[in-house]
Amino acid sequence: MQSQSVFLTFCAGLLLLGLLAFLAGRYKAVRMRRTGASMYAQPDQYAWFAVLSTAGPAILIGALSAFFLLLLDASVPTFYWLAVSLAVAGAGLALGVAQVRPAFHARKAIERVIRGILALAALISIAATFGILFSIISEALRFFQLHSLWGFLTGTTWSPGASFLASAGRGDGSGAEFGSVPLFAGTFMITLIAMLVAVPIGLLSAIYMSEYAPGRVRTFAKPMLEVLAGIPTVVYGFFAAITVAPLVVTMAGWVGLDASYNNAVAPGFVMGIMIIPFISSLSDDVINAVPDSMRQGALALGMTRGETIRDVVVPAALPGIISASLLGMSRALGETMIVVMAAGMRPNLTANPLEDMTTVTVRIVAALTGDQEFASAETLSAFALGLVLFVVTLSLNLVSVLMIRRFREKYRVNNL
Amino acid sequence: MSQTFDEISRQLGRRHRRSARLKWVSMAALGMAGLFLLWFFSDMLNKGLPAFQQAYVKTTVSYNEQAARDGRQAIAPGLVPLVSRTEVRGIPRLLRNNPDMIGTRDTGWLLATSEVDQYLKGHRNTLSEEEQAEIEDRVAKGQIALRFNTTFFIQGDSRIAESAGILSAIVGTIMTMIVTLAIAFPIGVMTAIYLEEFAPDNRFTQLIEININNLAAIPSILFGLLGLAIFINFFGVPRSSPLAGGMTLALMTLPVIIISTRTALRSVPDSIRHAAFGVGCSQWQVVRDHVLPLAMPGIMTGSIIGLAQAMGETAPLIIVGMVAFIPDVGVSFTNAATVMPAQIFTWAGEPEKAFVEKTAGGILVLLAVLVSLNACAVVLRKKFERRW
Repeated sequence: MQSQSVFLTFCAGLLLLGLLAFLAGRYKAVRMRRTGASMYAQPDQYAWFAVLSTAGPAILIGALSAFFLLLLDASVPTFYWLAVSLAVAGAGLALGVAQVRPAFHARKAIERVIRGILALAALISIAATFGILFSIISEALRFFQLHSLWGFLTGTTWSPGASFLASAGRGDGSGAEFGSVPLFAGTFMITLIAMLVAVPIGLLSAIYMSEYAPGRVRTFAKPMLEVLAGIPTVVYGFFAAITVAPLVVTMAGWVGLDASYNNAVAPGFVMGIMIIPFISSLSDDVINAVPDSMRQGALALGMTRGETIRDVVVPAALPGIISASLLGMSRALGETMIVVMAAGMRPNLTANPLEDMTTVTVRIVAALTGDQEFASAETLSAFALGLVLFVVTLSLNLVSVLMIRRFREKYRVNNL
Repeated sequence: MSQTFDEISRQLGRRHRRSARLKWVSMAALGMAGLFLLWFFSDMLNKGLPAFQQAYVKTTVSYNEQAARDGRQAIAPGLVPLVSRTEVRGIPRLLRNNPDMIGTRDTGWLLATSEVDQYLKGHRNTLSEEEQAEIEDRVAKGQIALRFNTTFFIQGDSRIAESAGILSAIVGTIMTMIVTLAIAFPIGVMTAIYLEEFAPDNRFTQLIEININNLAAIPSILFGLLGLAIFINFFGVPRSSPLAGGMTLALMTLPVIIISTRTALRSVPDSIRHAAFGVGCSQWQVVRDHVLPLAMPGIMTGSIIGLAQAMGETAPLIIVGMVAFIPDVGVSFTNAATVMPAQIFTWAGEPEKAFVEKTAGGILVLLAVLVSLNACAVVLRKKFERRW
């Protein structure tokens, strides 16, 4: 492959020049020191500085220019690109070796460069967030050029069916409707079921572990709950679809109800189990952080242990508990595999959890795994849904962070 | 109006009973989580363990002239419906590559069809009464038996249930994880060192910190959208490749590694730093030669946990197309590949009943890998953990 060989040549050239820089810098520094000059740094440090000044600018220029060429979709012959990058490396080499003189503080210079590299690494995480934002927003905007935002947010019919025909040149795509209300209804129904399972179990487990459990039980129970968080979601999805869903159908049959095999209860229940550790571990920390003086005061007033927990400890820890629940909720909203495997595909606006319904994440997966071109309205709709998902989970997380911060300030806890 | 002692003690009894009830209820909640775990694992073992056994037919294969064109001619006619199509199809190819084998005979165990397999395991199947009787007869004679399923571990995916294996997914997982670690580990550790040791406490640093916490909470499927829109559509990374998947997962693993590395760095006491500064080390020398080696076990533990998390992730990989059908095992970063969770997802979608067993078997393999990775992390922590 052309670009691959160019890249390899670039790497080989840089390696060679770097080696040359190291040897030249070191040789010059050693010789200078032998003359009796008192130098600021060790020969190796001068050598490494020469290497950095050779490779650094060249890599920077090479990467940046490659990036902009890609961005502008321009085609500069790769030979020129290679030549310019390597020329920069050569210039850096000359400059680096010229800097080998007693008054130059090589160690400090290296230090500055390393600091810069570390800061650059830290910037990558920001770049990731902006990358997500940018990619989702730009594609979502393309979608909203095709379909109105208002219709997307308030429409009650989601039938992208005809849009792929339009992109294939058949039909005019007018039959496609992108009303996301049924998807959000399904998402919130399944999330609600998950929270109904996870919040009581998670909170009560946390109460038991922090207030009642002897140390032995604690050391055993905490990892057990962590295991629940470590099971891959695809495994949960299989379990929900193969084991839990038929069980729900059978149990609904006992009371004379008709349930679909893609009902919302099975994925909701399994998702709730998955979220338990998220809620229990944070709640546990928060309850532990409630100062003992409050418990002692309550017990001294003659409250029973249960009353102390219910009326003093839990209200004090409430911001933390709510924060944990919100985190769990954002986890549930964005969960994909369980609903893809166990929930339905049919957008269905209903309040009956025994019917099949679909969620935002299911539609995203469905829109992006089909064999259609990228610019079709259905594919772009995935990004519009992703944008909504991003905004909702982000605001949930922010509220959660703010609440935990308030709790921390109130009780001056540092380890949360 | 005052209460009598009787009333007060009745009231107290009620309050104490209510107090005890909270204890039992909270204990029951924890118990329910434990019971669920028990139910889950027993169900998976129950469904998955049979996948490690497979029905084989013992027969003599005679490599004659006709068999070079039609594999069925090599096997006794009565056995043809029982032997897997993949075995029969393989015979002409084998003979074409080794022409001098024609005329020889070979006795060995051949893969049986999934129907025979399911029948022997007592699952639902479509065999008729006569066929079942015949199988029983041959089992009694020792011609059909359940043996350890090597095919499952040495083959790639297949549309034919009995010859589907997980090896191509395992290789794909390894390749993807190499990419993920190669990107996430250096960047994560470098970010953590910057934030813990170098960064001034200003707004920019706070922004990075908030951003990392936020990144950890973004739904994984959105990382898939990023991978699709930026890595694949913009940078032109090949779709379905371990490179695309690994880069996407690297961004997801980044916060895990950063957070655990920061904790590890913070647990190194300041006296170490002071001593190193005292003998004239520069800041980077302090970090490289003193702080980092002491924090390394913690960093490794965190990275292994992050790796285990990335290994079980499916949703972003589906978006970048790593649910491909990969029958041949290929070691490459840029060719289409699949990973274990994606393979499980694909098998879970197959309508054939025999694939349910495969899916559960794949899940057991995945869980075994994850459990051993986490056990590694725990051992590492126990062995090298230092309390200052």
